[in-house]
Amino acid sequence: MASIKVHGVPMSTATMRVLAALYEKELEFELIPVDMRAGAHKQEPFLSLNPFGQIPALQDGDLTLFESRAITEYIGDEYSEKGEKLMCPGCNKVKALTKVWLNVEGQQFDPIASKIAFERIFKGMFGMTTDPAAVQELEGKLVRVLDIYEARLSKSEFLACDCFTLADLHHLPVIHYLMGTDSKALFESRPKVCEWVKKITARPAWAKVVDLQKQ
Amino acid sequence: MAGIKVFGHAASISTRRVLLTLHEKNLDFELVHVDLKDGEHKTESFLSHNPFGKVPAFEDGDLKLFESRAITQYIAPRYEGQGTNLLQPDSKNLAQYAIMAMGMQVEAHQFDPLASKLAWEHVFKLIYGLTTDQAVVAEEEAKLAKVLDVYEARLKEFKYLAGDTFTLTDLHHIPAVQYLLETPTKKLFTERPHVNKWVAEITKRPASQKILQ
Repeated sequence: MASIKVHGVPMSTATMRVLAALYEKELEFELIPVDMRAGAHKQEPFLSLNPFGQIPALQDGDLTLFESRAITEYIGDEYSEKGEKLMCPGCNKVKALTKVWLNVEGQQFDPIASKIAFERIFKGMFGMTTDPAAVQELEGKLVRVLDIYEARLSKSEFLACDCFTLADLHHLPVIHYLMGTDSKALFESRPKVCEWVKKITARPAWAKVVDLQKQ
Repeated sequence: MAGIKVFGHAASISTRRVLLTLHEKNLDFELVHVDLKDGEHKTESFLSHNPFGKVPAFEDGDLKLFESRAITQYIAPRYEGQGTNLLQPDSKNLAQYAIMAMGMQVEAHQFDPLASKLAWEHVFKLIYGLTTDQAVVAEEEAKLAKVLDVYEARLKEFKYLAGDTFTLTDLHHIPAVQYLLETPTKKLFTERPHVNKWVAEITKRPASQKILQ
């Protein structure tokens, strides 16, 4: 039985972030579904795993963690010798640049992009309607971020450096959803961004995460 | 002149996060003032420091960084032997590090969006001649109350957020907390005994006092 347990659902972007890291590292794990519709994430016993009532939570032996980006960082550190490298090896300087782009995803990209995904995709699932004005405003902000990404990716293979790191991986779930909507034009119209999206979504570990959604 | 430079504004919450870290570590640095009111953060010159046009930006020798939490997470290990230890007591223990990292994500994603909105409504809007929207304040305070309930439970068990010692996780909260203590939102902190005690501890630190000057 796997010592790593992930409590979450394959549809959730935050859960997908963690699953991607686990697959990149070729780690055995058990995905324990959380009944979101029944509000299980807002009650015990889930609250003992994450008192903020959000998926995912991860258990590794007697360590319990939540916040997907802390979980992936732990996976990258604890299992640094296994599977794919998720951090660039190197000195404080390289690590610092990776942290910059990890924070960019969390603070500049995700707040905008995940709202667009919510408008275009998740609202529909919950019987609500997309607000086109909101989408337009959000896309106006996203293009400014993507212009910066375009400039960055003209100088660097991947966001933090020339290797694939968590800074790229963290984008995968929301980009995956947006590429299935009209918002994909924003990514496809920027050559370096487009190339980067193709590279990171083509990774075998990512394909496994997407497969889980089909089951 | 080489050495540490911070490009920012002494009153900015994110700039203060970095200044706090430098003060805790007793590091010499130069604060290069960026005139936010004048839009200096959107000029070509500043954008070369941070293409996202936000303060702070940072230099240590030829290393250039932005995003306050990336900067603090660079300073803490880089200057590990100096000043206050801002990492866990055993900096090599990955489980302990993960708990600190988790707390930093909580600050960034659960606490700061609410605290920043409230600081904007109560404090910064007035500087720009705008008026506080009480409906927004009420909505954000309701959400912040729920977050602080979780903090209260946590701080019943541990003296600080990541364990029994002061770490970056606590530090990241200080600038927003300091602003909110000067507003009606203060009550959310003072009416929760363990949160109140934690707030008193982290704001009385000499470094926390220095950034207010």
